[in-house]
Amino acid sequence: MSGPGTSQLPIAERLLQLAEREGATQAEVVLLATDAALTRFANSEIHQNVVETDLVANLRFVAGRRVGVASSGRLDAAGLATLAETAARIARVQPELDEPVVLPEPGAIPALQAGYSEATARATPEARAAAVGAAIAAADAAGVLAFGSFATSADRLVVANSRGVRAEQVTTQARLVTICMGQDGEAGYGEALAVDVGAIDPAAVGREAAGRAVRSRAPVPLEPAVYPVVLEPYAVVDLLDMLGMLGFSALAAEEGRSFYEPGRRIASELVSTWDDATDPSGTPSAFDYEGVGKQRVQLIDRGRCADLVYDTATAARAGRRSTGHGLLAPNTLGPVPANQFMAPGDASVEDLLAGVEHGLLVTRFNYTNPVHAKRAIVTGMTRDGTFLVEHGEVVGPVRNLRFTQSYLEALGAVEAVGRERRLLAGELGSCVVPGLRIASWDFTGATEH
Amino acid sequence: MDEVTQRALQVATERGASYADTRTVRRLNERITVRTGRVAGVSRREDEGFGVRVLVDGAWGFASSCRLTTAEAERVAAQAVRIARASAQAMRRSVVLDGRPPQQGRFETPVAVDPFAVPLERKVEDLLLADSAMRSAAPLAFAESTYRAHREWKTYADSAGSDISQVITHAGAAIEANAVAGDEHQRRSYPDPDGGMRAGGYERVRELDLVGHAGRIAEEAVALLTAPQCPAGRRTIVLDPTQLYLQIHESCGHPAELDRVFGSEASYAGTSFLTLDRLAEGFRCGSDLVEIVADATAPGGMGTFGWDDEGVPAQTVTLVHEGTFVGYLSSRETAPRIGRTSSGAMRADGWNRIPLIRMTNINLLPRPGRSLEEIIAETEDGLYLVTNRSWSIDDRRLNFQFATELAYEIRGGKLGRLLRNPTYTGITYEFWRSCDAVADGRSYRMLGTPNCGKGEPSQEGHVGHACSGARFRDVQVGVGRW
Repeated sequence: MSGPGTSQLPIAERLLQLAEREGATQAEVVLLATDAALTRFANSEIHQNVVETDLVANLRFVAGRRVGVASSGRLDAAGLATLAETAARIARVQPELDEPVVLPEPGAIPALQAGYSEATARATPEARAAAVGAAIAAADAAGVLAFGSFATSADRLVVANSRGVRAEQVTTQARLVTICMGQDGEAGYGEALAVDVGAIDPAAVGREAAGRAVRSRAPVPLEPAVYPVVLEPYAVVDLLDMLGMLGFSALAAEEGRSFYEPGRRIASELVSTWDDATDPSGTPSAFDYEGVGKQRVQLIDRGRCADLVYDTATAARAGRRSTGHGLLAPNTLGPVPANQFMAPGDASVEDLLAGVEHGLLVTRFNYTNPVHAKRAIVTGMTRDGTFLVEHGEVVGPVRNLRFTQSYLEALGAVEAVGRERRLLAGELGSCVVPGLRIASWDFTGATEH
Repeated sequence: MDEVTQRALQVATERGASYADTRTVRRLNERITVRTGRVAGVSRREDEGFGVRVLVDGAWGFASSCRLTTAEAERVAAQAVRIARASAQAMRRSVVLDGRPPQQGRFETPVAVDPFAVPLERKVEDLLLADSAMRSAAPLAFAESTYRAHREWKTYADSAGSDISQVITHAGAAIEANAVAGDEHQRRSYPDPDGGMRAGGYERVRELDLVGHAGRIAEEAVALLTAPQCPAGRRTIVLDPTQLYLQIHESCGHPAELDRVFGSEASYAGTSFLTLDRLAEGFRCGSDLVEIVADATAPGGMGTFGWDDEGVPAQTVTLVHEGTFVGYLSSRETAPRIGRTSSGAMRADGWNRIPLIRMTNINLLPRPGRSLEEIIAETEDGLYLVTNRSWSIDDRRLNFQFATELAYEIRGGKLGRLLRNPTYTGITYEFWRSCDAVADGRSYRMLGTPNCGKGEPSQEGHVGHACSGARFRDVQVGVGRW
């Protein structure tokens, strides 16, 4: 992998010219170039190894109050002309919108810090295989089998529009996931996410997963009930992801389906979260898919709703400016926070556990889904390491449990926040999160492992 | 066979591949979204490329590119071989494929009305009419009407001599009414919450009669705001096909995927409770009434094709026979490991992904005798659950929990009160063993989802599920604190 080539701005400029020739009153071009590779392993051997090279152009064509979007991977002269014609045709046959369509004008774009690593862009299949080998060796040493994947990617994003926006960046990511399992019901999880592949220690990830698996050997059944819990950072990611999707999008608030109200208390005073793609400790990105510079947005401030993320359309309707959280057009989902952070607390892992008289330590959640979106009631399972805690000590593994829990009520019951944070992948992007101790968590079912 | 394919296979073989296959795929997608009176999005996406999969020294390698040139074919084929050699560094068991003769042929989804030839303004107008019909029937917070069409031209060729071309077309539309009051948000959708897609053309949209159903779902969404909360307890439940299809998907389809059983998906989607010893013992995973097949030939199903993406012909395989687990969805690599041949279930999400074991059309066959209405009529006390709202299942596909958009009480064989926020939960095999009635063919219909997630890098699969509705006894409903 050598990175997704050179600047693609000339293609964007050409497409803008073609759109103008087709009669666009405004136009926006987004180019997505990807070099991505993934090595997957199961039963302590590589079983899948893939690499992909891709380049796609997305054209948003505005004709007065009409908008058409077309995208294509055919980017030679004829392909670009066809793309412009298609977007124009789509726009012209539509009814006019009630509101004017205004694409963003050029604005300040923060300098991209630490978003790119040459080592990640140039990672080879042999290097990925060697890293996987190190994770497998850790599993071998512990007498368990390793399953997982090691992905490296370099992505070039170009946004250009007819109002003068010109933005281009190359970012990289590397992610190693390892689950270790054995013959006696044990399972343990480990994960590392980084911009620089060199920052990932595959043997350490393997040891974390293998160690957790060994500790979870021969789990015993536990009656589902309301228990206090300590959530590892892997589980906390799900809380932020879900609340980001359900509540902190300006479109969700506009349509009345969000729990968000300015100043509403939705969490303990210990909880503060924000979205910040400019923070080099996350997975940095300088601008969104509309070419708007990324802004830091406080979402929860000491337990109270603080603000929402906006794209250009929702901002215009709300009389605000976009916060740089727009997705690729046509975006019917609305803006989303893709780089969330939770403020650290002062508790060590031992401190988090020490406050639990009779409860559970949860490594991560599996297959979570909202049962009632506006109240943020979510169901899901625990997975890959669930442990009983008695008198502040982990006393042994238990079988996985189902929960049906309002994530808002859970954040309201946060008693302690860990001081160590992890950078982890989420459904929306990445999160930097600590562990949490929560006074009550509603487990509503059990499974057989 | 085109030049790119020929060159890729030739280079792969020359570089040491004992087996190679190449898929060239062009895809066209069209989507229209109308949201509360506004055309929120109209898009047309097209992509094209090819992927080369090779076996070298018993290990897999795969590389792909969007550049369809012979020079790129050479580069990508060589890259796939190099990747396979790297895979061999951490390999403990060589891949062996089932033996089968090479395949040649062509398949095309039957289409009555080409969805891409229907004027765009006509399709937008159809959605605007449905949107207007919903919003004029009841005070909604927001409404959404969607249309989607997908066409895929793909060629498959392998080093054993197969040469296949297929054109797959799927199309559909759906409407969704949303009502909000205070903390309560209620949604009703039609015909299903997965976009209403089927194999076929724009005739699939027309036969839905969106406008004809718009008023009803809008009124139901508003009525749900003030309906009583579904109470907790153990109840008899009757599942409408609009919920049953996803129950089949999550608790029958996924656990029957043989790659899950072998651990290939363990780090992402999980494994399966349908382990090999359970196949050998004839595990009882349902009542006698439960007959489930994987049918890649079913009309209208999104899992219908001519050949899978390993060149294996479409076929019908029984997964559960009279309640007993008897078969898996499998591939040319996994099937020989249990002494069988591939069930023809390998499909890839485009040119840049490798084929995975995917559901085809996983159908719960109807039982002659009683209609769905007659099953309800003979139910003394229960709940009739309609249209999926939420789903979750554990990583071995045992403990599940579903929510539906609405429930009706059944009292003395008649539908009674409307209830909101219904949920039910159980353990897969216990639940299917409690099935005491499956409706006959009168309510048998094809549903499905175009969003079945699996694999890393992630892939979305189009799969079908036909069913007629069924009844289950002693099921836990009303989960959690409300």
